[in-house]
Amino acid sequence: MQRNIAIEVSNLGKKYRIGGPVSRYTTLRESLVDTFAAPIRRLRSGKETAENTIWALRGVSFQVPEGQVLGVIGRNGAGKSTLLKILSRVTDPTEGYARIRGRVGSLLEVGTGFHPELTGRENIQLNGAILGMPRRQIESKFDEIVEFSGVEKFIDTPVKRYSSGMYLRLAFAVAAHMEPDILVVDEVLAVGDAEFQRKCLGKMSDVAKAGRTVLFVSHSMSSILRLTEETLVLENGRVAMQATTPEAVDYYLSSGFSQTGERFWFENEIPTASYPFYPRALRVMNPGGNVSDTVRSTEPVTLELEYDLAEPIQGLRLGIYLMTTHGETVFTAFDTDSPDLYEKFATREAGHYLSRAVLPADLLNEGRYVIGVNASVFRVKRYFQDEAALAFNVDASGAPGTQWSEVRQGTIRPRLEWEIEQRAGELAQI
Amino acid sequence: MTESTVTTHPEPNKIAPAVVVLHPTKGRVALNLRDLWYYRELIYFLTWRDIKVRYKQTILGAGWAILQPLINMIVLSIIFGNLANLSTEGFPRPIFTFSALLPWGLFAKALSDTGRSMLANRNMITKIYFPRLIIPLSSVLGGLIDFAIALLVLLGMMVYYGIMPTTAIWALPLFLLLAVATALGVGLWLSALNVKYRDVGYILPFLTQFWLLVTPVAYSSSEIPEKFQFLYALNPMAGVVEGFRWALLGSATAPGELMGVSILVALILLVSGLYYFRYMETTFADTI
Repeated sequence: MQRNIAIEVSNLGKKYRIGGPVSRYTTLRESLVDTFAAPIRRLRSGKETAENTIWALRGVSFQVPEGQVLGVIGRNGAGKSTLLKILSRVTDPTEGYARIRGRVGSLLEVGTGFHPELTGRENIQLNGAILGMPRRQIESKFDEIVEFSGVEKFIDTPVKRYSSGMYLRLAFAVAAHMEPDILVVDEVLAVGDAEFQRKCLGKMSDVAKAGRTVLFVSHSMSSILRLTEETLVLENGRVAMQATTPEAVDYYLSSGFSQTGERFWFENEIPTASYPFYPRALRVMNPGGNVSDTVRSTEPVTLELEYDLAEPIQGLRLGIYLMTTHGETVFTAFDTDSPDLYEKFATREAGHYLSRAVLPADLLNEGRYVIGVNASVFRVKRYFQDEAALAFNVDASGAPGTQWSEVRQGTIRPRLEWEIEQRAGELAQI
Repeated sequence: MTESTVTTHPEPNKIAPAVVVLHPTKGRVALNLRDLWYYRELIYFLTWRDIKVRYKQTILGAGWAILQPLINMIVLSIIFGNLANLSTEGFPRPIFTFSALLPWGLFAKALSDTGRSMLANRNMITKIYFPRLIIPLSSVLGGLIDFAIALLVLLGMMVYYGIMPTTAIWALPLFLLLAVATALGVGLWLSALNVKYRDVGYILPFLTQFWLLVTPVAYSSSEIPEKFQFLYALNPMAGVVEGFRWALLGSATAPGELMGVSILVALILLVSGLYYFRYMETTFADTI
């Protein structure tokens, strides 16, 4: 039997108007003058020009058959959120159309409409109604929701007394039980502890197994690879590729990098939510301290992240993820992994920073690698993430075994301490 | 500039889910009231939430619902009674003023609540779909509880002063409906405008004050010269207040044909408000 099309998107586009460049007031006189000039300027700015509009999404077309789990990946600002907003009817497209078969529920809205003064019980009812669940459905699922959230004891306490983890668990529990025909998941997996994340992923695959359509937006290539078969890659508001997930991830992780070994973030690439963290640059350097796109496997490699903090952050940690272009994670490391630095930088003051890590020599096999960066406070907040910030090549010349011109399997290429011992005397029994 | 609508095609087959097409369209907007009906439980829950949290963390709690109109009554009675000495058509001044403050309180509260409502629920608007009309609507409905409490106070006062409600009391719900319609009409305009122009927040106190002065709360509309009566009736709240006094106290001035003008103006406000709100609705999530 041919499967129905759950989502059909055709030539979808969304244009946003952005303000012109805003300059800071320097003097009282200027700000006074501006006070009077502003209303006039605001009236004049009513006109749409090429400079004050951007297309967050343009010419996007794709189809999702019923029951498919489709992954959506793309850099910050590629249009992922805009696409989800259109599909969940929050905002309207500027051109094109989307035909959606069934009710869309999204995990974009975890905790939306929660009121701090209301108790957990009351918020479940309210949130259920906001998510469009009929009251009978909320009532019949109430116990299940409470159990899933794990906050039974505090169900009659105002949620303003909840810890952020409890709050999130309760919010997710409601959203996870709404049983939409099409589920849209965006990045919820980034918050909460490991056990909770497992629950979330479990719920999502349950939904998929039940034959419902899922649109899964994530920055985690490993989750995308594990949970989806097909993936859409967005680039600058356009569909760069729709292909099987391994192919799409490979394309995404290996494309669009400059050949310099250095990455700069421009203001428009930094989401507002990352405040007060501002990434500035990421560099790959050889032992000579030179920025390089290609490093040698036999030499130590320095990774350097440059960033600004506009305000002090307590418990901030900067993470580096190293991935292969197939999306396998090689390792994850944080700049405050060592107890010394963890103590010393318990609170990072506002200022300009460099976090530097040295990868030992004889670590990586030849090939292309992708560095992802992330700034977060454990279990509290993720400020910034760019899962494909920079790519670099590793050259294996001089590495163990290069006398044979074959491709070595494996991600790492350590220099092992081999010993070959010849025993004098008889042969072992044959 | 693009306006967009959402068309819903319910499938003939009951098991198959409805197909929704999202696309931009140009031209007239549909009110789509059926969607509102589908989300009727949300109207109930949001109203309930507003009522539930309104007097949280206050010492007097729901006592404020009684105190607010009482204090208003005392202030207005002193100023307009003792200083200006305006006529009350023979009723005790507290009763005369309080009966008008009932619908006026509902109206003024609706104005300030709806004006703020969209911003207060910004989080929901930018994240989920639901008919946006629900937000100002539930703000207006939330005021009905305060109204009911104040009505009980008025009935108590009438017993104290020995005033019996007349048979005209049957008309009270109709005047209440007129008050709600007017409040909703103005509220829709204010809430939609406030999404784009935050100036509304600054204009609102003056608007409320001005509106109070052109409504016969502290004085009787019989003070208005004959030639201005028609102009005066353009304010639907004038009709509402006169209607309340007539229905509750049996005041001499039964609502006449000028009432028709009030009803007409209220309807125009409501319908135009609905259309303006729907027209602006598609851009709410982007501009708020």
